Amino acid sequence: MSNPFDINGGACVAMVGKDCVAIACDLRLGMQSLTISNNFPKIFNYAPSTYLGLTGLATDVNTVSDLFRYKVNMYRLREERDIAPQTLANLVSSSLYEKRFGPYFVSPVIAGINPTTGKPFICGFDSIGCIDFAKDFIVSGTASDQLFGTCEGLWEPDLAPEDLFETISQALLSAVDRDALSGWGAQVYIIEKDKVTQRLLKGRQD
Amino acid sequence: MTSLMGNHSGTIGYSFSEPTSANVKQHSFYPYTDNGGSTLGITGADFAILAGDTRSTSGYNINSRMVPKVFKIGGDDETGEGANIILSVVGFAADGNALKEKLDTMVRMYKYQHGKSMSVGACAQRLSTILYEKRFFPYYVHAILAGLDEEGVGALYSYDPVGSYEREQCRAAGAASSLIMPFLDNQVNSKNQYIPGSGEGHALVPKKAEPLDKETATKLVKDAFTSAVERHIEVGDGLQLVIVTREGIEEVFHALKQD
Repeated sequence: MSNPFDINGGACVAMVGKDCVAIACDLRLGMQSLTISNNFPKIFNYAPSTYLGLTGLATDVNTVSDLFRYKVNMYRLREERDIAPQTLANLVSSSLYEKRFGPYFVSPVIAGINPTTGKPFICGFDSIGCIDFAKDFIVSGTASDQLFGTCEGLWEPDLAPEDLFETISQALLSAVDRDALSGWGAQVYIIEKDKVTQRLLKGRQD
Repeated sequence: MTSLMGNHSGTIGYSFSEPTSANVKQHSFYPYTDNGGSTLGITGADFAILAGDTRSTSGYNINSRMVPKVFKIGGDDETGEGANIILSVVGFAADGNALKEKLDTMVRMYKYQHGKSMSVGACAQRLSTILYEKRFFPYYVHAILAGLDEEGVGALYSYDPVGSYEREQCRAAGAASSLIMPFLDNQVNSKNQYIPGSGEGHALVPKKAEPLDKETATKLVKDAFTSAVERHIEVGDGLQLVIVTREGIEEVFHALKQD
């Protein structure tokens, strides 16, 4: 019971491809070394092509994902349009910074395609809302070291949707297999301009 | 009487009690330093590769950009000529050097006494014993030993600081081991890879790990290190590659990013 980010475990990764993006997460929920559930997805959908991944303390993952569902619903009612990933990024950033001195223990990741420009977009945050705009990939969770290694080794620019799926899946599965707190299957989203493919991966069950 | 024991010492000018915290200094000595860096080993059907970066750090400082971590063991002279076993050490460099010197001496003594070179298997067991001898004041290193076994097949042994060891196909150690090891699982041992079109779901056939050729292995080592350099501040400057084959030991250096 020391670091709130490491109690429940979990991993999330987002990648940019050619006219597409991908976001993937593991399915484990644990308390230290004891696995509680193998069906705890960490990716949430806020618009047809805007996704948010949340790793960290599970109670905060639930709270924060619900909070953004409320905030994005209010946005859609006021603006009468879907939220763009860039807009969600700024919403996440300002919402997390509001809790500057008592933060949510989450490491968010955003992946999406801008509905007006059609351009892929990914970004990551620290727990108090500092945005990391990356052109290649974003990693988060207890397997982040492992993910940095696999992503840096496997990723290349301008991957087509099917190749991007293969790359992100291999990167995530190999990474979580070297982290005791992550794994137990994975969920992968491949986001194209007007099409989203969701896949469930089995992976090692230990 | 209690007044004599210090409570009112100001009035009588002396005290029997210990000096208070104001002028107490605690000195300490910690015998270990983490010198950063990373090492990596891969074996094939007729070769073994050990590689390491050449940066030496302490904290955020760079001590040197050229401190090799891979050593020839049991050579005829100080150049290492005639050796057929290599050792990489990462962690505390001073302990690494002491360990290398000790193992090198042991292997050379063996040759003088028995009139033949030590096998890697025997050397591996000896290294384990050397590490365990210091069970309660360990050599602060992760060691990897490599060479060719009696059949001429690449052999690689990895150790924890107190001598637990295992023969493996590949192993990453040191600061960036958590970054490199899952990449190696995937690319060397074909973990999480399946044969395309071999079935649906559970019927999918896992891809078998094939022994790599020397060129592919060398490429993977370079890829692993350039990736580690991007994301780990303790890794960089130079890459030392040492390859054991039946022809002998080949050593090459490559540049890595210096930032």
